[in-house]
Amino acid sequence: MAAAADEIQPSETPPLLLVHRLPRFKLSFFPFLQTEYTVLDPLADPPDPSFPDLSKSARIMLCVGPTPVGSDELDRYPAVECVVGSSAGLNHIDLAACRRRGVRVTSAGDAFSDDVADYAVGLAIDVLRRVSAADRFVRAGSWPVQKEYLLGSKVSGKRVGIVGLGSIGSRVAKRFEAFGCTIAYNSRSIKSHVTYTYYANVVDLASNTDILIVCCALTNETYHVINKDVMTALGKTGIIVNVGRGALIDENELVEFLVRGEIGGAGLDVFEHEPNVPKELLTLDSVVLSPHKAVFTPESFAALEKVVLGNIQAFFSNKPLLTEI
Amino acid sequence: MVGVAKLVVMDPKGRLVSGGSSAKTGIMQKSIKESTKMLATLVRRAKSQPPITLTCNLLHISQLISTHPLHHNFSTTTRAPPPSAAAKMEAVGVLMMCPMNNYLEQELDKRFKLFRYWTQPKQREFLAQHAEAIRAVVGNATAGASAEVIDALPKLEIVSSFSVGLDKIDLIKCKEKGIRVTNTPDVLTEDVADLAIGLMLAVLRRICECDKYVRSGAWKFGDFKLTTKFSGKRVGIIGLGRIGLAIAKRAEAFDCPISYYSRSEKPNTNYKYYGNLIELASNCDILVVACALTPETTHIVNREVIDALGPKGVLINIGRGPHVDEPELVSALVEGRLGGAGLDVFEKEPEVPEQLFGLDNVVLLPHVGSGTIETRKAMADLVLGNLEAHFANKPLLTPVV
Repeated sequence: MAAAADEIQPSETPPLLLVHRLPRFKLSFFPFLQTEYTVLDPLADPPDPSFPDLSKSARIMLCVGPTPVGSDELDRYPAVECVVGSSAGLNHIDLAACRRRGVRVTSAGDAFSDDVADYAVGLAIDVLRRVSAADRFVRAGSWPVQKEYLLGSKVSGKRVGIVGLGSIGSRVAKRFEAFGCTIAYNSRSIKSHVTYTYYANVVDLASNTDILIVCCALTNETYHVINKDVMTALGKTGIIVNVGRGALIDENELVEFLVRGEIGGAGLDVFEHEPNVPKELLTLDSVVLSPHKAVFTPESFAALEKVVLGNIQAFFSNKPLLTEI
Repeated sequence: MVGVAKLVVMDPKGRLVSGGSSAKTGIMQKSIKESTKMLATLVRRAKSQPPITLTCNLLHISQLISTHPLHHNFSTTTRAPPPSAAAKMEAVGVLMMCPMNNYLEQELDKRFKLFRYWTQPKQREFLAQHAEAIRAVVGNATAGASAEVIDALPKLEIVSSFSVGLDKIDLIKCKEKGIRVTNTPDVLTEDVADLAIGLMLAVLRRICECDKYVRSGAWKFGDFKLTTKFSGKRVGIIGLGRIGLAIAKRAEAFDCPISYYSRSEKPNTNYKYYGNLIELASNCDILVVACALTPETTHIVNREVIDALGPKGVLINIGRGPHVDEPELVSALVEGRLGGAGLDVFEKEPEVPEQLFGLDNVVLLPHVGSGTIETRKAMADLVLGNLEAHFANKPLLTPVV
């Protein structure tokens, strides 16, 4: 009935959703948003004329990818009460500034955890068993010429040390246990519900570890947590796998240790200055390099969409947020 | 009887104990008379000390001791000196079929008279020339003991394989001729299972491709190509033996539902059994070949199985190349009828079909399933242990025939 259309109240326009993103992150990840919400995108092309006004009233911000959210951004959008993050790591968000203003923050929660844990194990096996290097060897046609490939190092039964026993770290532990590996960890506090050995400092953990997996959050305290001392303790036969953030490792030291053979190898999905990777690593067979893709599966993104949508819906219905940190 | 007793005295922790004023290390060479005297001292001491064990290499002394009134804290064992076994074995001819492991080769060279088959330009003549001397063959997955080789070596007593697979050995002929056969089971089970999982992750998550991409310097933001999640995928295993079970145990930790195809259903597992390989292939995402290669299992993965696995399915082969109809596999991959493959073995190693080199959904390895320093040493020790046991008339460690 035509009359019904005239009776639609302005307050029934879909709620405002501010999208905060770097140009390289497309909104195609969240197509459903356009149907449910009035999406305000400062990078819309052509530019949205209503953006400057409406953005001042937006109560919720979707932060896509590692786009920084600090005091400047919070000042620019003063009505924002909640920042919905789309990654597991939140080091790009000034959590203290958010807390001061009473702005709540949500993360991706467990959406990526299985995939990241799988990737960590995959990188570790690749480094120890030289999978990528051997694949290169075969594709170069070297097998008929050289007959034998270099021996690798056994994975099963090795000592695994996990830095950060959170959602990802606990999944990494569960996987390696099936390989007969012993698990030890360092974390801000002892996890009473696990029987793994706890080390209060990372150097001690590294001294008793063959495979060191770095999967903790990047904060001021954990910046360069993997430093020269840790790598010295890990030693020539130890390997490092980093699926956290590049800055968890002192990258210059790591390169030195790898080039000199003072640690056995490394599997790296993250780097301090992505997408730049230290040139020295590009020719080493003892490393496996990955372009920050540990979460790039359709399943992870489907799970992320669910979490993001769920958090936004919870916010607008005044229900508890799903993955508030 | 005149002789010299060599007495080794140890405490309960197996540490040497000095038993007399002249002994520093606990190993003493004494005349019979002196030994008896020393024994009396030790027996007295044992009353106030923790138990002492005396190992004596002369049976005569042991008998003497046993008649002596001993304190209960004092026990004796007899260890006969090793027969001049070293001298005996050096005359045994061992034929090594191909280079497989430096440590093994060196040890065989030390302990036996080693013949290196691969260094011979005229192999038939070589065998004929040394046939009388060769009593053992050491082979591996590349070359073992074929009917021809067995027939050429009338003095052959044992074939010791540096592998767990026996497809390169004519087992029927060995049985007929009473030739013993040993392999290297168990020590390599974990390595092969680890690699199977590593291949699954490498193929599904495109790890090798990612590594290649970064090394090429091509990484800039915007590469959002998605790969495929591994956790939770259905894993189907052909052959639920030692290696198959080890693969299942690992995949379970990734929440992968496990199913299998085998000659018969295995009791004591919760895994789903399929009596038909096509059915298994139709109901899994990742199919792993982990059975032995026999005439029955040759080309067990054929066109029908590959079709059943389908364009999203992944094949992992850590068994033997001939398990898979290789030309069919290659065309299925090239045409996109199969989702991907992780291959450690090929029909004609070291040749690998070149059409695979350009594909990004395959991972190709040069038969490194057991290729770790730890495991190859354990395998070599098993080969050596089996040979030494055989020539010392002791039970074989890991006999197959």
